[in-house]
Amino acid sequence: MNIQPTHSSRRILLPVRQWFILFSLAVAFFLNLVPVGGTVGLPDWVALVLAFWSVREPLRLGMGTAFVIGLMMDVAVGSVLGQHPLAYLLLTYAAGGLSRRILWFPLAQQALHILPLLLATQLVMVVTRMLGGADFPGWGYFLGSFSGALLWFPLTFVLLLPQYQPVEKDENRPI
Amino acid sequence: MPVVGHQPPPFFKRGPAPLTRLAFFVILSLVLLVLDLKYRTLELARQGVATVLYPLQRAAYTPVDLYEQLGGYFSSLTAVERENVLLKQKELESAKWLLRQQHLELENQRLRQLLDMKAKQPVTSTLADIIHAARDPFSRRVIVDKGSQHGIVAGQAVVDEAGVLGQVTRVYPLQSEVTLVTDKNQAVPVQIVRNGLRTALFGASGGQLELRFLAANADVQPGDQLVTSGLDGVYLPGLPVAKVLRVDRDAAYSFARIVCEPAAGVEKHGQVLLLGLREALQQQVEETGTRDRPGKTKRGRKRDE
Repeated sequence: MNIQPTHSSRRILLPVRQWFILFSLAVAFFLNLVPVGGTVGLPDWVALVLAFWSVREPLRLGMGTAFVIGLMMDVAVGSVLGQHPLAYLLLTYAAGGLSRRILWFPLAQQALHILPLLLATQLVMVVTRMLGGADFPGWGYFLGSFSGALLWFPLTFVLLLPQYQPVEKDENRPI
Repeated sequence: MPVVGHQPPPFFKRGPAPLTRLAFFVILSLVLLVLDLKYRTLELARQGVATVLYPLQRAAYTPVDLYEQLGGYFSSLTAVERENVLLKQKELESAKWLLRQQHLELENQRLRQLLDMKAKQPVTSTLADIIHAARDPFSRRVIVDKGSQHGIVAGQAVVDEAGVLGQVTRVYPLQSEVTLVTDKNQAVPVQIVRNGLRTALFGASGGQLELRFLAANADVQPGDQLVTSGLDGVYLPGLPVAKVLRVDRDAAYSFARIVCEPAAGVEKHGQVLLLGLREALQQQVEETGTRDRPGKTKRGRKRDE
């Protein structure tokens, strides 16, 4: 049986719960706070989870959420206020626009759709900061988008896990 | 078919269109960006949010702390012993300087009294641990574990055992943010030890420093030691900052390109000293403050009268 819950799949998913969206965003935010020093190539978890939910549930994830979590990132990271909100808002909007199209593709091609979005998010941040007089962080900075796109596979599985579970088990029911 | 000028009512209420919402929030964040970059008026809001986020941040340190503790546990005993021997040697070597220093300071004080000069300000300092490097990849900053609750204020100089590390730029209740000397926007007034030439040192990319705006024929050689000149009223004079690595003199440019290497272990973690603020030098109010603060100038004049 095909376990991939794309539109072409026969698997029916439970509706997503609002608290789980917020909970996954909180976990992503926590992962972003872990001090990694100058390690390059780590993904921006918040951007990844935001992109995921904007693709899956464009009506449940508002611009306000993206704005608020971006502001929290700004304070936690110590960057200029407004840098993360701007990038996350554009990401949310673009991913929401893609949501009708992207889910028809298999996972690998979905990841290829997500990669330019993540790169554009980072590019917005670089342009914002360099206009503000900051230094160019080096090309290694953009590696985070590539690892983020690779993480699209496990992320899809983990974040849809609660929707796979039936409320009560019944052998004669498909879900 | 919609009639011209008349549209059917929407089936579902979804609020404003996504593009409208996007435009609203993008404008909001652009306003924030300008306010923060240009006017720096949002520090209070930042402090508030940071205080709320502090427990979460502390919790996020735990995986890294655990990893480091594990590493420390498995570091061999011989390494510790070797370090101990080295430290003892160092202490012996520095002891003679320390013993002499007391004597010299007393002598200095006496001589200054004789010359009727103002006594040098005593320095207070706070020991702090670098918790981690800030995650922002666009600047070079570290977070230390002392904040405004420990009496830290923005502007304090930060040194380690080898030299100047940077300056406290933002203070939270229990943490503060130190901008390293290698940051592009951080400048340190320095002096070359060999000939006393005063100039300013700026951060450059790749963890190095740069002496800007020095004429191509300036007397700078590779290997020159740079110490703080103390002209800024922030850093004490005479603290080692950097060593000149190489000097590129290109006839096409009027300035020499002088690359320096920081003296302190700038990109490493460890313990640092936050030096107390020096009292600002008395400035002549009539000359500098007339345009900026008319109210203050008036008060100053009244007092003079």
